[in-house]
Amino acid sequence: METLRQFFSFSDPSIVAVVLGSILISGSSAVVGCFSFLKKKALVGDAVAHSVLPGICLAFLLAGEKNPVIILAGAFATGWISLVLVDYISANSKIKEDTAIALILSVFFGIGILLLTHIQQSGNAAQSGLQSFLFGKAAALVGKDLIVFSIVAVSLLLMVILFFKELKIISFDESYARSLGLPVTGLNLFLNAMTVMAVVTGIQAVGVVLMAALLITPAAAARFWTDNLFIMCLIAGLMGALSGWVGSFVSFIAPQMPTGPWIVIVVSIIALISFFLAPGKGILSKHLSLQKMRAGILEENLLKELYHIQDRSGGEKGLATRELLISQRAFPRKFLDSALRKLQNKNMLERQNGHLELTDTGMMLAKRIVKLHRLWELYLSTYLRIAPDHVHEDAETIEHIITPELEARLEKLLDYPEKDPHDSKIPY
Amino acid sequence: MDAFYIIMTGTLFSIACSLLGCFLILRKLAMMGDAISHAVLPGIVIAFLLTGSRDSFTMLLGAGSLGIFTSFMIEFFQSRAKLQSDAAIGVSFTSLFAIGIILISIFAGQVDLDQECVLYGEIAYIPLDLWVTESGKIMGPRALYIAIFIVLLVLIFLFLFYKNLHITSFDASFAASIGISVGIWHYLLMGMVSLTTVAAFDSVGAILVVALFVVPPATAYLLSRKLKSMLILSAFISAVNSTIGYFIAGALNASIAGAMVMCAGVLFMLAFLFSPTEGLIVKKYFRRRPVQIH
Repeated sequence: METLRQFFSFSDPSIVAVVLGSILISGSSAVVGCFSFLKKKALVGDAVAHSVLPGICLAFLLAGEKNPVIILAGAFATGWISLVLVDYISANSKIKEDTAIALILSVFFGIGILLLTHIQQSGNAAQSGLQSFLFGKAAALVGKDLIVFSIVAVSLLLMVILFFKELKIISFDESYARSLGLPVTGLNLFLNAMTVMAVVTGIQAVGVVLMAALLITPAAAARFWTDNLFIMCLIAGLMGALSGWVGSFVSFIAPQMPTGPWIVIVVSIIALISFFLAPGKGILSKHLSLQKMRAGILEENLLKELYHIQDRSGGEKGLATRELLISQRAFPRKFLDSALRKLQNKNMLERQNGHLELTDTGMMLAKRIVKLHRLWELYLSTYLRIAPDHVHEDAETIEHIITPELEARLEKLLDYPEKDPHDSKIPY
Repeated sequence: MDAFYIIMTGTLFSIACSLLGCFLILRKLAMMGDAISHAVLPGIVIAFLLTGSRDSFTMLLGAGSLGIFTSFMIEFFQSRAKLQSDAAIGVSFTSLFAIGIILISIFAGQVDLDQECVLYGEIAYIPLDLWVTESGKIMGPRALYIAIFIVLLVLIFLFLFYKNLHITSFDASFAASIGISVGIWHYLLMGMVSLTTVAAFDSVGAILVVALFVVPPATAYLLSRKLKSMLILSAFISAVNSTIGYFIAGALNASIAGAMVMCAGVLFMLAFLFSPTEGLIVKKYFRRRPVQIH
């Protein structure tokens, strides 16, 4: 409890720097990441994160000291060059984009490691701290870092807000943007620059490898909750900020814990929850709606079969049994009984010592399904000139989907026909 | 002798990687290789905690199976959650890598792994870890034997299943139509990639192993038109990289793996510019233009 109070009171300036720094960096990267996610270039962030290393080392070698401005400039330069090279290689040779990304990422990182180990062996005392670009040092952020992080985060967010409309168009439809006369190449460069900027600051918090997660994971998670880009950016930003906050809290209560990986763990858990539980797009929700649809189709097929049995016997009721149904059509036995029970509950079916009988409501619905089936068969053979023996399969699926509006139009178009192509009567 | 051991081990590991890498880039799975090489980290840590050593078969299999798990995970996100493939890869490998780093920090005292080693390995220490038989005979560096084993395994895998890998890489629907399961070969290939990654992990680390998988095959891809010549060429390029890289690293007093990768990058650039069939310069200035018919 005492630690909690200490953490939330923000009395300790070093805690403030760590917490705010993590929140700002995770939040703003998440917002920028939304656009590269939508452009299906999520892994580009990974390439940039690895490619800034040679720039950092070269800047250090040239300047001979750890001047933050020169180092950031160097990082920005090679990060940028890597993006240009990925595009150039995939556009000008038979090498595909994913190979180009992996290639540039690993070669730049290899050169970076070569330079870094060279610097370390040279015995220059000023070099300590370059390591923090590899693994991040979120737990060791100080006031000076916080100022840089805030400036970057605020300017990233401002740029997204100012150019929201333009970024939105190039993320979804570049050719449309071009036809509107927007400078698409320029905007792409602008978006690249924002990504590089987010990465260059972000790797100081979480390190080379995990930087990709700050860009990709919140965007991927937010996509499951909304179809609106503005809301998606908002959700992603909040998810990023939340994980930055929780991650820094974990490393506060357990100081040997690295902050960066915990930020990534938190944001990954949020993403997993979104993948499974988000309404509409989530795995669970999709599974449930699929099951509901299957159950609905089974019920409708049962009604239809009961109608056929009654129709064939010239309207005599009470002939149908469960066994007869199974012999007519390969109903899945596993679901048959529960479907029959549901129909009974909906008052569409009556059951008397093993005999099944449609009620009036059931009969109405059954007639509608049969009608839709036969109308569609007639439509296919009249208007699409499909042979009558080829139309059944198609009608078998569409009968469950046709809406009342479409039903009315079909009836009108075919002028309330009497019989379908197989000469069966269409019930109304 | 140390130089020979290091060059030999580096060459063997990178030959194994590049042979598999040819199939990765043909199947557009280069980033999948990147993902697996990061994602085996928690497997390595857990296997290390359980077995207490880094060079054992349990280790190889335990950590390797995590690589296959990763490809299942990515596949699951893609097919069930309808997540686009680049995001599925990005989310999966970063989360597993984060778990690995956290495990290392928790068990820092018990695991002989540090973060630097995870990122770029250290092939220079290979001659220090010798394999000594029970009778006291020194057999040479342990890593060299692992490398020989892995290369043999990859070669046997390729010789036995060359046809299936070939067909499923170039025309998946044709493969399916003649009854070759595309899925099985995908996961077998991923399994081999994971095994090789885990074996080479000590020497080159998680990120530079990606370079061994991707760069020599990409270079060979620009220089050849047949799969067989691409495989042979990429193995040859790997050997050249390891040898030149060793001497560059010696001159600069820097990481050998880093120098190997840089050398690979330079060779790729040369192929990109000057390849007789695909080179940029050749395409631009020396290609015969089609005869204009007036």
